[in-house]
Amino acid sequence: MAETDAAVEKKVEVKKKEKLFSKKNRRTLSDPLSDNNPITLQVLGICSALAVTVQVNTALVMSLAVIAVLAISNVAISLLRNLIPSKIRIIVELAVVATLVILVDQVLKAYLYDISKKLSVFVGLIITNCIILGRAEAFALQNKPWPSFLDGLGNGLGYAAILIIVAIGREFLGSGSLLGYQIIPDGWYAAGYENMGLMVLSPGAFILLGLIIWGQRVISKKFEQ
Amino acid sequence: MEHYISLAVKAIFVENILLAYFLGMCSFLAVSKRVETALGLGLAVIFVLTITVPTDWLIHKYLLADGALAWAGFPDVDLSFLNFISFIAVIAAMVQLVEMFIDKFSQKLYTALGIFLPLIAVNCAILGASLFMVEREYNFAESAVFGFSSGVGFFLAIISMAAIRQKLRYSNVPDGLRGLGLTMLITGLMALAFMSFSGISL
Repeated sequence: MAETDAAVEKKVEVKKKEKLFSKKNRRTLSDPLSDNNPITLQVLGICSALAVTVQVNTALVMSLAVIAVLAISNVAISLLRNLIPSKIRIIVELAVVATLVILVDQVLKAYLYDISKKLSVFVGLIITNCIILGRAEAFALQNKPWPSFLDGLGNGLGYAAILIIVAIGREFLGSGSLLGYQIIPDGWYAAGYENMGLMVLSPGAFILLGLIIWGQRVISKKFEQ
Repeated sequence: MEHYISLAVKAIFVENILLAYFLGMCSFLAVSKRVETALGLGLAVIFVLTITVPTDWLIHKYLLADGALAWAGFPDVDLSFLNFISFIAVIAAMVQLVEMFIDKFSQKLYTALGIFLPLIAVNCAILGASLFMVEREYNFAESAVFGFSSGVGFFLAIISMAAIRQKLRYSNVPDGLRGLGLTMLITGLMALAFMSFSGISL
């Protein structure tokens, strides 16, 4: 009985393959958001994730930049996948990614100059963000452009989710504000509440992310040995 | 001389590229399970950083910076937007060189490092150091000292992490915290310890 069910499901999936949002494609998009999150489960892209999370607005801009680069680079590499000789593929991928990052950097400098100053070297470091190259290697090189686009988008969103959660935690605990607006009422400070200076510094980010990873793994029940 | 020592101390301890700027976390997390592999990766990173930062300085200063092409008769050309792509090309070439070198002289280390050797090319610490060098406007000697001491900082952090993780193998850790979660918490504590150096000024 179970077998026939599975067979039917398979047939349906084959039929739907041509559709834009088939079950498989939807999974490609939604998996990285929780079950296969690039930061907490695939352990990719942690480098830049922590440095830009002192404030929520820098984290937001960084997330947008990464989503854009990741989605476009996945499509570009997937289009080129039959032309790239496997021996020099890393260099080709880096060239594609670096070009996209230069574009993003110029756009940020033109329209969001203050934030681009705050992000400093970390925009350039999107080139070496392991998520981008990792997804190119693991997904875009084997798949068609549309699923690759969804994979890039999904992983970008999963990355953004963690980035923004960490940033909210750090800005709230460290500066008592969100997006630059003070959240903690003055009365609390008068009563002796103090901002947690540690959260603004790097150890706070490590510890907060460690706790988030712990929480998520307990919920999703995916443990390491 | 004092200036360079203080720059080195700052880059190794106070502004440790890994613990204060979070650069190079991917390979740090992946390769810190055993001390021997951590040692190999650490040395490779020191080597690549010491070469690439001064090389990138030369490229930036004489080819890409605003007005750098004055010697060739183009004083108005600003190619600094090409920084990213030329730095990454230098790094990729250097990494290839180191890979061939290690392959020739230590087959054992070569197999131990495996996939992580080519991945030094995408180690944020390497590109990050070059970008910091441009942002902080170091001169040639400073950039060489900065590159080397950033590498030493990474080396120290990854070695101590590997040693701690080897010890931890025998401890009873809650399921969800095992692996990445615990590593992050320890890294946090280590960053805290390294911060205590910030009082030192030479």
